[in-house]
Amino acid sequence: MPTLIQLKNGQFSETEDRFTLVGPDDLTPASGGVILSLARFEGEGALLDEGRPVGVLLQPDEAVEALAYDLPRIAVVALAFPKFRDGRAYSSAALLRSRLGFTGEIRAVGDVLREQAREMVRCGFDTFIPSDGSSSQEWAAAAHRYRHVYQTAADHRAPAFVERSPSDGL
Amino acid sequence: MSLYAYDQIDREMLADRAAEFRGQVARRLSGDLTEDQFKPLRLMNGLYLQLHAYMLRVAIPYGTLDGRQMRALAAIARDYDKGYGHFTTRTNIQFHWVRLKDTPDILDRLAAVDLHAIQTSGNCIRNTTTDPYAGATAEEVDDPRVWSEAIRQWSTFHPEFTYLPRKFKIAVTGSAKDRTAARAHDIGLKIKRSREGELGFEVMVGGGMGRTPYLGPTIREFLPARSLLSYLTAVLRVYNRLGRRDNIYKARIKILVASTGAEEFGRQVEAEWAALDQGSIDLPDLELARIRAAFGVIPFETLPARSEAFEAARAADLALARFARNNLAPHKKPGYTIVNIALKAPGETPGDATSAQMEAVAALAERYGHDDIRVTHAQNLVLPHVKLDDVPAVFAELQRHGLATANLDLISDIIACPGLDYCALANARAIPIAQDIARRFEQPDRAEAIGELKIKISGCINACGHHHVGHIGILGVDKKGEEFYQLSLGGSGAEDASIASILGPALPADQVAPAVEALVDAYLGLKTGEERFLDTYRRLGPAPFKEAVYADAHPA
Repeated sequence: MPTLIQLKNGQFSETEDRFTLVGPDDLTPASGGVILSLARFEGEGALLDEGRPVGVLLQPDEAVEALAYDLPRIAVVALAFPKFRDGRAYSSAALLRSRLGFTGEIRAVGDVLREQAREMVRCGFDTFIPSDGSSSQEWAAAAHRYRHVYQTAADHRAPAFVERSPSDGL
Repeated sequence: MSLYAYDQIDREMLADRAAEFRGQVARRLSGDLTEDQFKPLRLMNGLYLQLHAYMLRVAIPYGTLDGRQMRALAAIARDYDKGYGHFTTRTNIQFHWVRLKDTPDILDRLAAVDLHAIQTSGNCIRNTTTDPYAGATAEEVDDPRVWSEAIRQWSTFHPEFTYLPRKFKIAVTGSAKDRTAARAHDIGLKIKRSREGELGFEVMVGGGMGRTPYLGPTIREFLPARSLLSYLTAVLRVYNRLGRRDNIYKARIKILVASTGAEEFGRQVEAEWAALDQGSIDLPDLELARIRAAFGVIPFETLPARSEAFEAARAADLALARFARNNLAPHKKPGYTIVNIALKAPGETPGDATSAQMEAVAALAERYGHDDIRVTHAQNLVLPHVKLDDVPAVFAELQRHGLATANLDLISDIIACPGLDYCALANARAIPIAQDIARRFEQPDRAEAIGELKIKISGCINACGHHHVGHIGILGVDKKGEEFYQLSLGGSGAEDASIASILGPALPADQVAPAVEALVDAYLGLKTGEERFLDTYRRLGPAPFKEAVYADAHPA
């Protein structure tokens, strides 16, 4: 079972995955949490009514806006990185947090490397399935390597222009 | 003081980056990381593996340096390279012969003088370029360095825009006379005032060179200045989401804008912008004021517009007179001038400077130039604030270091990419072609008689030498293992921007300089009045020039 790293209350830890990622040809398991592709989710939305934790896996070319009306009932949005160079999921995560008000789990899956930890955390991801075997300590070190940030993002860290502001902390 | 003064936050960002990279290099050297795994990490730090060695590209934010920084670059060139550096068309500097194990130390030495290699490569927002005359020319509406610095901070490690479809380049011009080739950039920004006097930007998006050149259309005539960063965020987000990722040659924003249509693309940007929480992105007025103040104020003296000492010296020295004619530009303050230092001595590599030359320029800046040095996208240097009284002394010192070539914007002031010798992408050499042409037009009277003529040479279709916007553009191509060169005419990167058109079949290397000479002779025979080469070409079209080159190359 691959490691699932969770960011909670500012701490990274390895945690048990409550969800089964349902492949395109898999049967949906009878119980427990599931993560479905967008197409499967649209076809099997009734699962939401069963009170089961349901998540959706979005590919980079699938717009997060497609989920807008279901988001309050979705437990996890998994965003796929087919290649680490494919940066569309950062915008997806940022939109989920800042525009669509999603407060559930945003999970990074696919080609997920420690070197991206910082960007992912800043854009609002809070769970990670690293493909490079990173431990939660390594992940945390990579995510926290920089003492400052220059821009506002979904992580609500105070950017440099706020740190510099004379009213900061008042 | 005339450089944006880094505060503790800016410095700690660089220190943290240097430490991170040191760790990554250590993991590579110990074998923890394979070259495949290391490659994206080093590319985030401007470190390329080239034909002969590693190449490190150091950022020079919006092309501004002080003497201390220039000395540090000179020392790095001496200690870790072969005693010279190469200034690029992105106003950065490259060291072509560094060793991997030395790069962490180099980054530490750079960080000690507020320099770095952040975002000098990779599919991210690259170094913003601006007018090398910023803060010195009377033409500007506002100082573009202030806005370039705002962009530098906003774009540095932007978490959403670190893995774009392709690299992304922004230029800011503060003057209508455009020395930045703004329309040839992914985003070009022109500072202007609205009819009501409000400060803002004209926003051009989707320009670019490469195999499909475009001039960026204007998607917004007037953007209030304080909304700059939120608007840029909107452009970048639309591009990050919709730009093509299936084909590296179609991944630049110019392709997205062209295929979507400028109007529709602009509409998408406006919609995204309207939905953004702009207040959390745009810098507060106080921070903009802080950045402006951090550039300091130059204590200009009140001087007469005419310097008797300078006038007497140039009357007595023909070489100084020539330098003054070609390499000085008017300064906003009476009694001051802008001094252009061409890194284009005949026979030298365009943009190269030795450690001794860099130190000489640093000393001149410190002594005569308010410690301010600029790098231009034409691969030259500028001392933007020199007293006319001091020009003779500055000129003498430049002469002593082989830096007094009086050819700014003339035929031998050639832009050339590093080419096949130094770049893994190139198909052909660029530098020897530039050297050939410069030697052929070495005679300064002749070069002056020809007047403004911008030759730009790229060693491959990636067009780092900007050949598409050359009055004469030269593109190296590979034909069955042999280097050939395609000539294009009529391009311009200035405010009258245009894309050059291919003249005819590509020529072998040894026929390029003769072809340029044939073009020049044709121009001299056809010009009327004060026409530049470009004007004559635009008036007459390609026919007489085609005739001149190909009749000559293939005599019937």
